[in-house]
Amino acid sequence: MLDASEGYVTEDGRKIGGVVMEMKNITLRFGGVVAIKDISFDIREGEIRAIIGPNGAGKSSMLNVISGFYVPQEGEVWFRGAKRPQMRPYEVARQGIARTFQNIALFEGMSVLDNVMTGRLNYMKTNLLQQAMWMGKAEAEETANREVVEKVIDFLEIQHIRKTPVARLPYGLKKRVELARALAAEPKLLLLDEPMAGMNVEEKEDMSRFILDVNDEFGTTIALIEHDMGVVMDLSDRVVVMDYGKKIGDGTPDEVRNNQEVIDAYLGVAHD
Amino acid sequence: MPDQLIFATEVILNGLMAGVLYALVALGFVLIYKASGIFNYAQGVMALFAAMTLVGIMNGQVPFAHLINAVFGGHITHFGWHIPALLAILLTMGVMVLLAWCVQRFVMRHLVGQEPIILFMATIGLAYFLEGVADLMWGSEIKTLDVGLPQGINLWIDEATFNIFGYGFFIDNLDIVATVIAALLVAALVAFSQYTKQGRAMRAVADDHQAALSVGISLNFIWIMVWSVAGFVALVAGIMWGTKSGVQFSLSLIALKALPVLMLGGFTSIPGAIVGGLIIGVGEKLFEFAIGPLVGGATENWFAYVLALIFLVFRPQGLFGEKIIERV
Repeated sequence: MLDASEGYVTEDGRKIGGVVMEMKNITLRFGGVVAIKDISFDIREGEIRAIIGPNGAGKSSMLNVISGFYVPQEGEVWFRGAKRPQMRPYEVARQGIARTFQNIALFEGMSVLDNVMTGRLNYMKTNLLQQAMWMGKAEAEETANREVVEKVIDFLEIQHIRKTPVARLPYGLKKRVELARALAAEPKLLLLDEPMAGMNVEEKEDMSRFILDVNDEFGTTIALIEHDMGVVMDLSDRVVVMDYGKKIGDGTPDEVRNNQEVIDAYLGVAHD
Repeated sequence: MPDQLIFATEVILNGLMAGVLYALVALGFVLIYKASGIFNYAQGVMALFAAMTLVGIMNGQVPFAHLINAVFGGHITHFGWHIPALLAILLTMGVMVLLAWCVQRFVMRHLVGQEPIILFMATIGLAYFLEGVADLMWGSEIKTLDVGLPQGINLWIDEATFNIFGYGFFIDNLDIVATVIAALLVAALVAFSQYTKQGRAMRAVADDHQAALSVGISLNFIWIMVWSVAGFVALVAGIMWGTKSGVQFSLSLIALKALPVLMLGGFTSIPGAIVGGLIIGVGEKLFEFAIGPLVGGATENWFAYVLALIFLVFRPQGLFGEKIIERV
């Protein structure tokens, strides 16, 4: 096991820091259905952490617990060294946890630029009047926020569509815009819900590259859900494997790959 | 210039002014619709409620006086003070914010994620409830509202046009003030929704609740804000209409005049509400002027609706409405 305070060094030589988020004995029920059963794991600074598992394993529920959309019946969520009280999703977002959605949740009526700008809302501190009249610090603030946004847009290579209404974009680009919006918030923890779902091979490769680059360039801590095993194994530093709401494996991709329980869950097991 | 043309010009000018007042009401609808996807049937009643509250506060009327007297057997009707218009307007705005909070807390919060038609039904309920409350609170008699806006014929225009055409135009000062105020209001609303953090958050909420939450927007806060802004627009409309034709319950019917304006301009467009209002205003005055005498007059009652129906057939999204994009 890893020591909580020290971190570790990955195979490709990146230094991973201390624990950013820790889930302790999380249990989530919907009526009589247990979606998550007594799961604990941590996410460390600078790492790419994956949560994988077959359909219905409870991966998305777990992500929704982290981002505050679901409130677990039991267990504790620790973020940056403090136990998190019960919070609403927008409060969690204000703490510095950004996310994307499996089914894409963008502001369809707005342009790409405006969408990404919404990621900066919590950085705007000037008051209403100043903003409306474009007075005082408002202009400087808008420019500063705009710079961050332009950097993200450049980085994700979506400059050419920045004025396009999101509703007109194809699926793959929408996914990228959603990532851009999350990144614009300069999150301390970035949650990606099936970032590669529904993409073709080329789009998947692009997205993988962006995720790696984001982690590398901005040092962003990333937790992602995916059920494409191949992609996950290439991307992530450590993997949590879930099945039927339980944790059945946790470790580096190699460790997980050779875990008998994981193999059984994915390939099925002969009952004889 | 021939006489007919001069008359027509005056009619057009008056139509424009009337149109501004229609646009003011329509604006309230557009705003809430854009921000929350709710068609707020109660907008007209909100204007009435705002106007009644303003008059009540200015005259130092005791709210719920009838109720209090009936229960406790007293005869209080007035506090016996008069509050200056500006302060009374501020107080009324406070009441409208309180109303916004109540609407959110007791109605809309329980209907998050429901079908638009359900929300629409809720606002119909709200309209009747609010009308009842307004009656109970301030009584049902017709009141005059005077916040110090200039009224009556504008002598300067009268004189200037007389010197040019040999015929003085009759333009009401109140209409000119209404136009200026409407222009300011629109500029403020556009600045608010386009350039401020709260405006951006408002548009975001209208678009996608989940996504809005994920970027740290509190839905409750935004909705209270949206209803407050609608309350503010209702207050402005209430002051204008109340000054023009007295504060009375028929004021809530001006909401019905806003419908054709919205069909013309599009439900989602602030400029649309303005242009739609102007077209209806000018259209019905010109129609009455030109065709009215041939069909026995009173065309102003139905002209707007017929125009709206024709529009529905040929351009259902309105002049400025969002284009209906369908991906197959």
